[in-house]
Amino acid sequence: MSILTVQLGQCGNQIGFEVFDALFSDSYCSPGLCSKKENEAYQASCKERFFSEEGNGDLVARAVLVDMEPKVINQTLLKASQAGRWKYSQHACFCQKQGSGNNWAYGYSVHGPRHEESIMNLIQKEVEKCDSLSGFSIIMSMAGGTGSGLGTFITQKLQDQFPKSLKMNQVVWPYGTGEVVVQNYNSILTLSHLYRSSDALLVHDNDAIHKICEKRMNIRQISFSDINQVLAHQLGSMFQPTYSAEGSFHYRRSPLGDLMEILVPHPEFKMLGVRSIPQMSESSLAYSTFTWAGLLKHLRQMLISNAKMEEGINWHVRPPVSGLPTLGKTPCNKELHFNTSIANLVILRGKDVQSADLGGFKDPALYTSWLAPADAFNAWKTQRAFNKYEKSATLVSNSQFLVKPLDLIVGKAWNMFASKAYIHQYTKFGIEEEDFLDSFSLLEQVISSYCNL
Amino acid sequence: MGRCVTTTPPEFPDRFFQFSRPLAFIHVLVKITERGIYDEAISSFFRNVDTRAVGDGGSISKGRICSLKARAVLIDMEEGVVNEMLQGPLRDVFDSKQLITDISGSGNNWAVGHKVFGSQYQEKILEKLRKSAEQCDCLQCFFIIHSMGGGTGSGLGTFLLKVLEDEFPEVYRFVTSVYPSSEDDVITSPYNSILAMKELNEHADCVLPIDNQSLFDIISKIDTVVKSGKLGKTVKPKSLVTSSVGASRKRHQKPFDAMNNIVANLLLNLTSSARFEGSLNMDLNEISMNLVPFPQLHYLVSSLTPLYTLADVNVPPRRLDQMFSDAFSKDHQLIRADPKHNLYLACALMVRGDVQISDLRRNIERLKPSLQFVSWNQEGWKTSLCSVPPVGHSHSLLALANNTCVKTTFVELKERFTRLYKKKAHLHHYLQVEGMEEGCFSEAVSSLSALIQEYNQLDATKSMPVQELPRLRIAV
Repeated sequence: MSILTVQLGQCGNQIGFEVFDALFSDSYCSPGLCSKKENEAYQASCKERFFSEEGNGDLVARAVLVDMEPKVINQTLLKASQAGRWKYSQHACFCQKQGSGNNWAYGYSVHGPRHEESIMNLIQKEVEKCDSLSGFSIIMSMAGGTGSGLGTFITQKLQDQFPKSLKMNQVVWPYGTGEVVVQNYNSILTLSHLYRSSDALLVHDNDAIHKICEKRMNIRQISFSDINQVLAHQLGSMFQPTYSAEGSFHYRRSPLGDLMEILVPHPEFKMLGVRSIPQMSESSLAYSTFTWAGLLKHLRQMLISNAKMEEGINWHVRPPVSGLPTLGKTPCNKELHFNTSIANLVILRGKDVQSADLGGFKDPALYTSWLAPADAFNAWKTQRAFNKYEKSATLVSNSQFLVKPLDLIVGKAWNMFASKAYIHQYTKFGIEEEDFLDSFSLLEQVISSYCNL
Repeated sequence: MGRCVTTTPPEFPDRFFQFSRPLAFIHVLVKITERGIYDEAISSFFRNVDTRAVGDGGSISKGRICSLKARAVLIDMEEGVVNEMLQGPLRDVFDSKQLITDISGSGNNWAVGHKVFGSQYQEKILEKLRKSAEQCDCLQCFFIIHSMGGGTGSGLGTFLLKVLEDEFPEVYRFVTSVYPSSEDDVITSPYNSILAMKELNEHADCVLPIDNQSLFDIISKIDTVVKSGKLGKTVKPKSLVTSSVGASRKRHQKPFDAMNNIVANLLLNLTSSARFEGSLNMDLNEISMNLVPFPQLHYLVSSLTPLYTLADVNVPPRRLDQMFSDAFSKDHQLIRADPKHNLYLACALMVRGDVQISDLRRNIERLKPSLQFVSWNQEGWKTSLCSVPPVGHSHSLLALANNTCVKTTFVELKERFTRLYKKKAHLHHYLQVEGMEEGCFSEAVSSLSALIQEYNQLDATKSMPVQELPRLRIAV
């Protein structure tokens, strides 16, 4: 089954390009370290998911590119055609001449309705190119205007027009300081609306990825392209094919469906985070060897201590001693130490993958009480190595990962809202104070639910 | 510029209006665009016209430059400056259809510019406006460049602002206003400025105030550095912020030219992210969205760095960081103001050239502790990265600050006005103009006082501790 990617705004389009490039180079340019037959099956599965093939054999990304100004899309198309390895469909782009001006309301209330028909037609055409559609991956930032405002609008329309297809939003969380002044407003409006119309929100935190570039990849002068490549690596390691069952050598057919079934057991909880290890520069990689036990020990501690990367993990955090009553846990103070999960998925790729022991992730103490660990934890595997890593592990987690950042954003937006600053820019386009209040109350509810796991 | 666009039409044409000031901005743009190919970046400010065609000459959207025509309307109520320009190197960029002139001048009287010439020329201005607007594919923004102290720029300029608002309510109005310095030779400049301020308060989306004294100080500073040579390195030729970028022939520059070139560079950098590509774009409509928290508080203090580039090509990070530090120092502001010791409502950093997001982040982290932001906008930063640097530089920075320090200029202006108004000096020149009453003055003063009061109230919050407001509670 195929996944259709919708790239929105500058951020969405830049990341979208890197994601397809990462998927392509993993499938076709990396050694894979497995049998030829297995590699071919992997490539075919990747192709079915993310690329269509033209008559002459060229691979075309299953993507729709949307932006409200032309520069970024032009640049993205140019980059893809210059690389010449895969391309975007010529007829899958939609751009206008004037951006959304960092205003969520402008993207949502003006650009959305005005261009609904054209954009939905483009999406419909791309959907028809898929033999069967698993769902949509919608890449957008939440700080700006086009990705956040128009992205939210389009997600709602996808929900109306394709109610049976799954929608996962790739939400790019802005730097804590200094991208857009009104980023907290745009973020709460985006998150609250997506919570109603999307099936899952996979969050990518710029601050965290920036740190990975700095500490793990050893990049001195970090560019957006570096950041987007790390993000694309994480998404690729999550979305590339894996075996459908333990001991099977067939690849999973419905990646999005299986993912949601495992990770989103309750509609109140749909904020996901992703962690990948190892991540390092090519020069360090040459001198490193990995064992499954070592990788999984780190990954597990990253999960329970809520570490965003393999550096600076707090090894003192331990799961609460089992056997004690789980009731009466300390209510949400903002210093969460132990990170409680609802559901986790670990994806392992590489040599001797069957030998990896995942027992550490099955401990009931890691999970909320209302879900059995057997349901809360899943592992997907493939012998085929990902990218340049002989062994690699990725964790997709529905847990308290995002409580703190969400709480911060809501708090900052609330402070600004109390002074009424910038509100006039939103009411100008029909987003009123009540709409803000609705968003605040929905997100406070989400925070509270996650806190009380 | 190898762009692979097929049929995308020109984007973001902006229009601008000029009053009485030499055309440094256009001069700079024309020099930069002498590359022969008409692309989207050029199309923001120029039409490409085939002059061989009969009549108006059809606009050409792509390909070689035939003849560039500025998307601009030039207005002056005397002929001298405009005529001089039509003899100069820029004569081909304008044609007579873009000019509106008179012979009598406004006599340094806001009332004459606003009321007399306003009503007299309204139809003519509107006609030229509509005509030029029709030639834009997507009209995003008007730039109005004027002075506050005289009669035409201040009076007719602010009249035009209202006309634009009525006629094109959707199009942003950016105003670059040159404020008189205290040793101004126009004796009525406080009257003109105060009357113009009321119009700016009510009808502009964004105002970039500039004063001649600051520009002059910057020029002196550059002169000192260039002449002293004490940095031990030569300053790269043509990299001065005061020189005509890429000027092809040497000519002796008057100080006015140098000052105008600073303003030209301000507008170039302001629009660069909308014109050129980059990893973090910033469109013109994002400026007011990010920097104007309340409609009235739309005055932005600007600074340009570096003022010159040293000739050696290697740029140590230290010098890059210096560019960021300088942008916040008093000496680099284009108006006399000290943002560092006043309160920030919001701040934008628009970077061009070989600078990455990590450089930007490092400098924000470094500078933040020395700057004070209003309690509800502690992280009020807006950033952009444009990959094309200005000609002659490897990188540059335009900082725009919404900061209470802009108040100083307004307070001084009010004091100078009050001194004059108490004696009713020169008042009769204004009151004899039809439609002017003393009420106009008192309304203008109270409009300015209200603005100053808003800044005062914000300043008063400086000493208060940042408090967490009680949030919505969820009943569990």
